[in-house]
Amino acid sequence: MQDKVLEINHMKKMYGDLIVLKDISLSVQKGQVVSVIGPSGSGKSTLLRCATMLERMDGGELVYLGERAALEEGGKCVYAPKTDLKRIRKHYGLVFQNFNLFPHYTVLKNVMDAPVSVDKVPRQEAKERAMTLLAQLGLEDKTNVYPHQLSGGQQQRVSIARALALQPQILFFDEPTSALDPELTGEVLKVIRELAKQHMTMIIVTHEMQFARELSDWIIFMEQGVIQQQGAPEEIFTNPNARVREFIGKFAG
Amino acid sequence: MSTTTMLQLLGSGMLKTAAIFFLTLLFALPLGLAFAFGRMSRKGLLRGVSKFYISIMRGTPLMLQMIVVYFAPYYVFGMRISSGYRFVAVILAFVLNYAAYFAEIYRSGIESIPRGQHEAAEVLGYSKAQTFVKIILPQVIKRILPPVTNEMITLVKDTSLAFVLTEVEMFTAAKQIAAKETSILPLMAAGFFYYLFNLAVAAVMEYVEKRLNYYK
Repeated sequence: MQDKVLEINHMKKMYGDLIVLKDISLSVQKGQVVSVIGPSGSGKSTLLRCATMLERMDGGELVYLGERAALEEGGKCVYAPKTDLKRIRKHYGLVFQNFNLFPHYTVLKNVMDAPVSVDKVPRQEAKERAMTLLAQLGLEDKTNVYPHQLSGGQQQRVSIARALALQPQILFFDEPTSALDPELTGEVLKVIRELAKQHMTMIIVTHEMQFARELSDWIIFMEQGVIQQQGAPEEIFTNPNARVREFIGKFAG
Repeated sequence: MSTTTMLQLLGSGMLKTAAIFFLTLLFALPLGLAFAFGRMSRKGLLRGVSKFYISIMRGTPLMLQMIVVYFAPYYVFGMRISSGYRFVAVILAFVLNYAAYFAEIYRSGIESIPRGQHEAAEVLGYSKAQTFVKIILPQVIKRILPPVTNEMITLVKDTSLAFVLTEVEMFTAAKQIAAKETSILPLMAAGFFYYLFNLAVAAVMEYVEKRLNYYK
């Protein structure tokens, strides 16, 4: 049994000459909830995009459940063969800031289509799985509507269900509430809290400080492409270094 | 010339117009998608060739293109041109020309789909082909219906250009009758037919648009 779900070693990412991620290393244990905080432009989202292979990193290692997706060889970052990456992709899911639901599919189809088309789960089974998830997320009466008929909070819950339907080992959230009204933020945070209770392994990029503090097992503060400070929430919030204090202070108002 | 004969002539002209219209759509719509892919390809050569092709097809008269397509087998390959080739040449030229316009319409549609749709599909594990067919293309079709309708309406009227290769479509038929009868009425009648045809095209496309209105 592999307890380390994700391991990132010395991740590096550049856009031309601009270094976006300098030397990021972190590991996530099964059941852990890790929050990534930090100012805009600090590289948080890029970290998530590299970890989910939406972007190719320029250096470092990326390991899911002991399987190497990318490794450093002779100073270069080498990705595993396509077929391996396809398998490794199944280990994780990603929830986007802007939901990115498929507008031409009903809520139910959004949730059950990937299991059917990608994982070849029998239709009936995929449907039952989707219905169960949607019920858990309080969307059982929305299964046959289209995304544009839903509020932002509901759309984000559907997108969480869509990611969960593939039964990932780890779920990434890229600022899941940033596109939502404060009113709707709560319902999404509630869902994430619920997932934490069920010991879902998660990495959450967020600006919700209070939420990160109460929910996370580990907090990573990023700035200018490096991890400035990391630790248990109490440590970060009660004993922050100067830069982190300044950042958190802005949120406390 | 009796009215019946006139209507028969106009009617058979109309059939030819309809044939050019449907055959052109049948081949130009898929071919346009292929050119759109070429135009958006990461391979520079393919992209350049597609871009050049589109610029020639849009930048020169369709009438000239028909003549070139018709005479090319003789001048380029020294082949004898049979009269049966005339209609084929008309269709070929129309298809090659309209595919260029459709390619740009497809491209605008494909590029207008937010990146997030591709990314969501990628993370969910859809293959490139699945992503295009299941996620992107349906949304593209919805978005490009209005410009495609425009092209279809232009196509109906463009069919009259087939006269250069002496294909008697509706307008040519009307012109012949008009000359014989020294009356402008056959031409007006032809105009009325074009209008009806396009009314039908617009109605069908509006219906399709409505059918796709279930999502945004």
